[in-house]
Amino acid sequence: MPKDFLKHAKDEYDVIVIGSGLAGLTAANMLGRGGLSVLLLEQHYKLGGMATWFRRSGGHIFDVSLHGFPVGMIKSCRRYWNSEIADSIVQLKGIRFDNPMFSLTTTFNREDFTRLLTGQFNVPAENIAAFFDAARAMNFYDDQRTTTGELFEKHFPGREDVIRLLMEPITYANGSTLEDPAVSYGIVFSNFMSKGVYTFVGGTDRLIGLMTGELERSGVDVCIRSDVEKIIVQRGRVRGVQVGSRTIKARAVVSNSNLVTTIFQLVGEEHFDRDFIDEARAVRLNNSSCQVYMAFKPGVMIDESQGDLLFSSTAPLFRTEALLSRDITSRTFSFYYPRTRPGTDRCMVVSSTNARHEDWADLPEEEYEASKRDLVKTTLDALEKYIPNAREIIVHAEASTPRTFQHYTRHAQGASFGTKFEGLAVSRALPQQITGLLHAGSVGIIMSGWLGAINYGVIVANDVESLLMKDELCPAKKS
Amino acid sequence: MTNAEIRDVILNILEGITPDDDLTTLKDDAPFREQLELDSMDFLDIVMEIRKRYRVQVPEEDYEQLASMASTVAYLEPMMKDLEKV
Repeated sequence: MPKDFLKHAKDEYDVIVIGSGLAGLTAANMLGRGGLSVLLLEQHYKLGGMATWFRRSGGHIFDVSLHGFPVGMIKSCRRYWNSEIADSIVQLKGIRFDNPMFSLTTTFNREDFTRLLTGQFNVPAENIAAFFDAARAMNFYDDQRTTTGELFEKHFPGREDVIRLLMEPITYANGSTLEDPAVSYGIVFSNFMSKGVYTFVGGTDRLIGLMTGELERSGVDVCIRSDVEKIIVQRGRVRGVQVGSRTIKARAVVSNSNLVTTIFQLVGEEHFDRDFIDEARAVRLNNSSCQVYMAFKPGVMIDESQGDLLFSSTAPLFRTEALLSRDITSRTFSFYYPRTRPGTDRCMVVSSTNARHEDWADLPEEEYEASKRDLVKTTLDALEKYIPNAREIIVHAEASTPRTFQHYTRHAQGASFGTKFEGLAVSRALPQQITGLLHAGSVGIIMSGWLGAINYGVIVANDVESLLMKDELCPAKKS
Repeated sequence: MTNAEIRDVILNILEGITPDDDLTTLKDDAPFREQLELDSMDFLDIVMEIRKRYRVQVPEEDYEQLASMASTVAYLEPMMKDLEKV
């Protein structure tokens, strides 16, 4: 008999949350804290979604997406989680760039960017101030016709080097491109680049462990290995979910599954208006990623002058197309030192590259394995520029591809940053289509990344509480 | 609740949200955002706290009514005047 992971689940809840990415976890925690009965269902055997890690023999622990997040995480974790989580967030001060246009190290805040741009890049201080102010003044409901490329052209005409400095990290952080609306860049930029890059001491496993403890205190029931097949909708209202052999009732369902998957697979298009379905079909997914995970010999310390994040590229110019190409010229190396994982005796480095699902999806098995080996080899070659004896001191190296991301997260096309900008409007409009159905997850850049996902979870938890309170005030509507 | 009591409730909520700001010099007619370090999540937190304490709902389309102390109190008055301060 397979183990029944749903055995402790009741037959009925106020709210069911599907998926335990940071948005799902946070929504579940807020709702549980608010006194509602909440069931969190996760298809994988670990909570966290893309906020994840894995272990390999020899005691290696690799973080998959803990590359750095904005300072706002401290406030959000303190409020929506607890002070132990918030107090474990520390700044990463060594952010490096190395490409044919420039090489530099920055603390990644407004003061330091201004110093670099006026000094090394010879940009007048007033242009820099105007750019920072324009980015900061942006709202998500602003004009979406201006692209990020046009925004740069306005403030730094002809300065491809400046664009690269200001854009490359954001592209790696959330997949946004020069062709996306400028607001999506501006909001992330002002969040992210004005006050530095931060990380979580103890690694993703510790964070998710602390969050799991907090969920328990909030009274949330959690079931892993519980893959929801259907969200049950009757007469325009959500009724519950079908999971394994169980039907579990709920007054509201929050899907932290990919937006497109939620609409077309979990609910089914027959439950939505034609126009809404057309809009949902037009939502573009963001790209996926390739990563190479490398562990150094126990006790061998990498000099911290390597930095924490290294945006490395051999491409002469910064181009979206080049970033996505399988002919990899740009990589972000995340260096992990024992200071951010106290108690360990080794350094790790994870190389990340944006990638397209379609470039990997249909490779025959043999070619796929060969391509992965090649990815490891070329990544080690690239790393040797910075750590010449890398091959002698690295004891474990392996690659992941868009197929890996798809396998573990079940995201359509292995998308590692949710959907493009238009996904936000579709996500927000879901409850108008089906009462009691909400979506929280990476949509439209600004709700992506660690902080965006947590905050979106809070926003949606607030919507659910409002909805359920309205129900109680007008009980006639309840059934 | 009198308007003065509603104001006290909002002040108390703000103290929790932005503990580092000095609220004694807050000008009621000027926008919060010009005087305090508040972002859009902070405004959502105000809304959630009002609901938690008094079961009063502020729908998203009305968030702009919360721009200043004066406008917030004026907006909440009809919904809160018959409630007891807790």
